[in-house]
Amino acid sequence: MTGQEMAFLALGAIAAAGGVAVVTARNVVHGALFLVAVLAAIGALFLLLGAEFVGWVQILIYVGAIVVLLLFGLMLTKAPLGRGALDNQQRGIAAIVATGTFAMLTWLVWHAFGDERITFVRAVRTADIGNALFTSYVLPFEAVSVLLLAALVGAILLAKKD
Amino acid sequence: MILDRYFENAWAILGLKLGAILVLFLVAPIVVGYAEHKVLAHMQARLGPMEAGRFHGWAQLVADGVKFIQKEDIVPRAADRFVFTIAPVLVVVPVIMIFLVIPFGPGGWWGENMDLGLFYVMAISTVGVIGVLAAGWASANKFSLIGALRAAAQLIAYELPLVLAAAAVAMQAGSLSLVGIVEAQDHYWFVLPQIAGFALFVLASLAELSRPPFDMPVADSEIIFGHMTEYTGIKMAMFLLAEYAGVVALSGVATVMYLGGWHGFLVGWIPGPVWTFAKIGALAFFIIWLRATYPRMREDQLQKMAWKYMIPVALANILLTGVFKVVF
Repeated sequence: MTGQEMAFLALGAIAAAGGVAVVTARNVVHGALFLVAVLAAIGALFLLLGAEFVGWVQILIYVGAIVVLLLFGLMLTKAPLGRGALDNQQRGIAAIVATGTFAMLTWLVWHAFGDERITFVRAVRTADIGNALFTSYVLPFEAVSVLLLAALVGAILLAKKD
Repeated sequence: MILDRYFENAWAILGLKLGAILVLFLVAPIVVGYAEHKVLAHMQARLGPMEAGRFHGWAQLVADGVKFIQKEDIVPRAADRFVFTIAPVLVVVPVIMIFLVIPFGPGGWWGENMDLGLFYVMAISTVGVIGVLAAGWASANKFSLIGALRAAAQLIAYELPLVLAAAAVAMQAGSLSLVGIVEAQDHYWFVLPQIAGFALFVLASLAELSRPPFDMPVADSEIIFGHMTEYTGIKMAMFLLAEYAGVVALSGVATVMYLGGWHGFLVGWIPGPVWTFAKIGALAFFIIWLRATYPRMREDQLQKMAWKYMIPVALANILLTGVFKVVF
C-alpha cells in the first residue's frame, strides 16, 4: 500500500465517521461542526487526487460559505444556547433513502473504477481548467450561470413577498 | 532557492520553513500590537506603555502574554465545553495557514509557491469565522451569540468584494500564484491600475478581521466583547493573536497583490524581504491609523456599504480590467 492510498483511506474514514456523527448528533450546532470535518476531509481527498482547484473550491464554497450560512441560519432560529436535544421522527424514511443512495453510489463507483489503484497524479493546472471552461465547455458554463441568476432572482422574490 | 544551497534534505528545508513561519506568526503580532499601543497613544496625545522592559515599554506585550498564561481558565457552567475549547483553535489555525504562501522575497523566501496561492488565501481566510460562530454559540451568552452572528453576517457581505477584487488582480497578472503576481509587477505596481481594487481589498480585509471602523461584532459599548466575552487566559490570547496575525497576514497579501511585493523603487541595494516587511509595516500602520480616526459604523451601514457600493464597484473593476487586458 502506498502512502497516498493510506492517506486516502484515513481521509475517507474521517469523512465517513464525520458523516455518521452529523446525523447522530443530538445538537444541531454539533451536527454542523461535524459537517465541517466531513467537507474538509473531502476537500483534502480532492487535493490528494491532484484536483487542487476543486479541493480549494470545496473549502471556499462548502466550508467557508455554506456551513457559515447554515450555522448563521440555525443560530438566528432554533439553535438552543448551551446543551440541547434534537430528534427527528422520520428515521425510517431517512434510512431507506440513505441506504438506497449509498447502494447506488457504491455500485456506480465500483463499475466506474473496479480494481483500479490510485496512481500518482500530477496536479491539474488551473490555467487548463480555465481554458477548458471558456472553450469546450463555454455553453454549459453559461447555462449554469443563467440557472444561478434565476435562483438569485427567485430568492429575492421569496424574501420580498411579505 | 536560498535554502537549497545549504541543505540537501527536503524534510530539513520543510522543517526550517515551517519553523520560520511559526516564529513569524508569533513575533509579528507582538510587533504590530506594540505598534498599535504606541501609535494610538501618540495620536491621542499620551505616552502609552512606558514601564515594561525599561525602554519605552517595548516588553509590554511580552508581559501581557505571561499574564494571559497565568490567568485562570474559566469555562462557564452552561457552556458547551468541547466547542468552547476548540473554537479559538479554529480561529488561529487558518491565519497560520495564510502565512505559508506569502512570498517575502525573491528566490525562495516563501513557505510554498502554490499554483493557486491567491485562491488558497481566499478559501482559508473564510474558515476562521466558523470558529467565531462556534465561540459565540458555545459561550451560552446572548451577547456572545449576537457578536458571532454579526461577525458571520459581516463576513458573508465582505467576502464578495474581497474575492472580486482579488479576481481582478489575478486577471491583470495572468496568474493565481502569489509569486507569479509579484513577478508580474516588475514594471509597475498593480496599485496604479487597480487603485479601486486596492481600496476595496483593504476595506474588505478590515471588515473580515472585525477591525475598526468595522468592529461591530466586538462593539464593546453594546455587546461587551462579542464572541470573546466569556473567554479568559490563554484562549482569549489566542483570539487576540489571531486578530493581530490576521492584520499582518492580510497586509502581506495586499502587499503582494498591489504594492509590488519585494520590488523596490529608487534604491536598488535594499534586499527584497526588507521591502516586503516595510510595506507590510506601512499597511499595518494605516490600519491602526484608521482605528484612531473613524468611529464604528452601524450594522445597517456596514451591510449597505458592502452590498450597495463595494460589490458593484468591484464588478465594474473586473469589467474595466477585462477591457484593459484585451485592448492593451
